[in-house]
Amino acid sequence: MGWQKPLLFSLCLLPLGWLVGQAVGSDLGPDPAKSLVLFTGSWALNFLLLTLLVSPARQWLKRPGLIRYRRMLGLFAFFYASLHAFCVATYILGWDWGILQEELRERPYMLVGFLAWLTLVPLALTSNRFSVRRLGRRWGILHRLVYATLLLTLLHLFWLVRSDMAEALVYGVLGGVLLLWRWRNSRFFSRLDRKIFNK
Amino acid sequence: AATPAMADKGFYTSEDKTPFKDVARYNNFYEFGTDKGDPARYADALTVDPWSVMVEGEVGKPGTYALEDLLKGIDLEERIYRLRCVEAWSMVIPWIGIPLHKLLAKVEPTSKAKYVEFTALYRPEEMRGQRSRFSTIDWPYVEGLRMDEAMNPLTLMATGLYGQELPKQNGAPFRLVVPWKYGFKSIKSIVKVRLTEKQPATTWQQLAPQEYGFYANVNPNVDHPRWSQKYERRLPNSLFDPNRIKTRMFNGYEAQVAHLYKGMNLRRYY
Repeated sequence: MGWQKPLLFSLCLLPLGWLVGQAVGSDLGPDPAKSLVLFTGSWALNFLLLTLLVSPARQWLKRPGLIRYRRMLGLFAFFYASLHAFCVATYILGWDWGILQEELRERPYMLVGFLAWLTLVPLALTSNRFSVRRLGRRWGILHRLVYATLLLTLLHLFWLVRSDMAEALVYGVLGGVLLLWRWRNSRFFSRLDRKIFNK
Repeated sequence: AATPAMADKGFYTSEDKTPFKDVARYNNFYEFGTDKGDPARYADALTVDPWSVMVEGEVGKPGTYALEDLLKGIDLEERIYRLRCVEAWSMVIPWIGIPLHKLLAKVEPTSKAKYVEFTALYRPEEMRGQRSRFSTIDWPYVEGLRMDEAMNPLTLMATGLYGQELPKQNGAPFRLVVPWKYGFKSIKSIVKVRLTEKQPATTWQQLAPQEYGFYANVNPNVDHPRWSQKYERRLPNSLFDPNRIKTRMFNGYEAQVAHLYKGMNLRRYY
């Protein structure tokens, strides 16, 4: 331990640092409001995928100790998702309660994005050691909610595409790989395996 | 020079103009990529001289015209227009160009001409967006107007902006500007003008008919299915001032164009 966690913490702050740098230098283009919304949204998803990558990476790299970085990555996903939500509320909705209600009611991608953020709240709140101990087995069950976060986030992204599917497809494939790995590793699958191959 | 009479016609607005660098560096021109910086990054590859325009269909003088012959004898005018993108951002741009009705008069539409169809350049070797395998657009880009819309004095064929030739990324050398409609109607780098009896099948309308109609008039009361059209962000904006303003009916050109749509259900014909 020692230096790794502070290093990771600083790395996770790099996107924010870059953003602040661009903002101070007025390099965000003529529509910084939109740039902020897109940038924070992409990084929320990047951190969500990184968090979900920890378990397979432990196996692939034979480094079970990687688990100690998962909480930080997850909390950064929540951090960037919250920044994203804040930017949407400020720059797209102008904190106008009427417009917010209308958008949530009529714009499915907006509702889905909001739900995705909402699913992260209980996960962030119970990410501390105390909750892990107190919830016991139920902690693991609760934290499966992250799969709902991933699916909702990908749906949110696909719904926003105007004509170019490239970015959404890349994220979709990455998310799909992470989910498939889990499916392969699930007890259900190993039981099925045994049945079929008589292992 | 701007006169009150020009403001009455909608040819001029005193609103703050969007600076040239923003107009030329931030726009949609999917032929060069879907990022709003892509046109400025990649449009250099485009050859705009020589340029010819095919005029076809219901006209007395069809043919392939060199662009300079098509424009010959028609005075260039400056028009300062609002431009409202369907994505809810907007700009104010000083265009240079000729009114479309003067150009149409030159090629003599027949009595059967009910619509004007415009086709943009298809040249994948110079337009990298047309080479993208992920694009769902069926090139070339096609747009269209009803004849009375095309004949309205506001409808401009632009060849320049800010007093200079059109930058390539803004649709050089010859593009449409229809200020009361969402920006995607204002097709860029036009190579064909066809007059028809039937309503043209336009690109976005074919791609997502529930989202983009043939008319695409700016209308704060009819939302895009995925976002509201009640407000827009006037560019440039800043972090401390998103510059959100209310979107106006027909983008503020109601006095000049509302009569074209009298009795039409604008929710149905969006």
